[in-house]
Amino acid sequence: MAIETFPVEAGHIMMFARAVGDANKIYYDEAYAKTTEVGSIIAPPTFVQASAQFDPDYRLRPAIGEPWFGSGKEPTGVQQSSGGGGTGLHAEQHYEYHRHPKPGDVLTATSRPGKTWERQGRRSGKLIFTESITEYRDQHGELVVTARGVGVRTERPVEQS
Amino acid sequence: MALSAKQLKVGDTHSEQVVDNLTRTQIVQYAGASGDYNPIHTDEVYTTKVAGYPSVFAHGMLTMGLTGTMLTNYVGDGRLTKFGVRFTKQVWPGDSLTAKATVEAIREDGGKHFVDLQLSMVNQNGEEVLSGYASARIDP
Repeated sequence: MAIETFPVEAGHIMMFARAVGDANKIYYDEAYAKTTEVGSIIAPPTFVQASAQFDPDYRLRPAIGEPWFGSGKEPTGVQQSSGGGGTGLHAEQHYEYHRHPKPGDVLTATSRPGKTWERQGRRSGKLIFTESITEYRDQHGELVVTARGVGVRTERPVEQS
Repeated sequence: MALSAKQLKVGDTHSEQVVDNLTRTQIVQYAGASGDYNPIHTDEVYTTKVAGYPSVFAHGMLTMGLTGTMLTNYVGDGRLTKFGVRFTKQVWPGDSLTAKATVEAIREDGGKHFVDLQLSMVNQNGEEVLSGYASARIDP
């Protein structure tokens, strides 16, 4: 994944903060934010995840004019490829903050693959884990956030106890 | 209000209920804000008939985001230096979630003070849905 332009916008931060149930005024009230130690609106700690909005090739957003795997007339809009009914899930997420992004920043994101490993799961068959490391840099090339994500693909849906 | 090294001690805890009766609409809000429109989070028909789950379920990153709300309420704005989690159980509509931070260490590094926290989030049945860690800069 490479994102060339991730503009950090105040309205986007406000919507993201609402979605994670955070009423803190630091995420939407510029006048209040000016009176605080940080001095401006900043982004909540997991906000860089929303860089997906600016990834032109992001697979979990319907692409205009293309079939989507969610439901419409039928439960799914595409024939499932052979995958044996497994699901891609998020296993871990780690962030290191060099500073906190704020409105006006224009970030770039570059990702590289990390480790891959397998494990036998009790409730979902064989699990395949893949790691990816993403660096978010600002308009001056300075590192802002380093992210490490681990995804897991299950062999079958996770059994519910 | 930032935390202060003088006032903190190992074993101190802070916990908050960050969601009471999680709604599908909040999950939709998160999908819209984050840009992750995977139908397993918002499309009951797809999720039950194709993906094979009993209902839609929350994004792991919504669970982490909710934990972040508790965390920044505790350590103050702009103070976090590290935040990492493992998702240990799925979160479903109707769940009520409580996030907790426990002080693991208070340390000084290059004249700056930091707190290391252990994190956990449990649902209404006391089952852990997330575990993790965080570090934050604190006042002397």
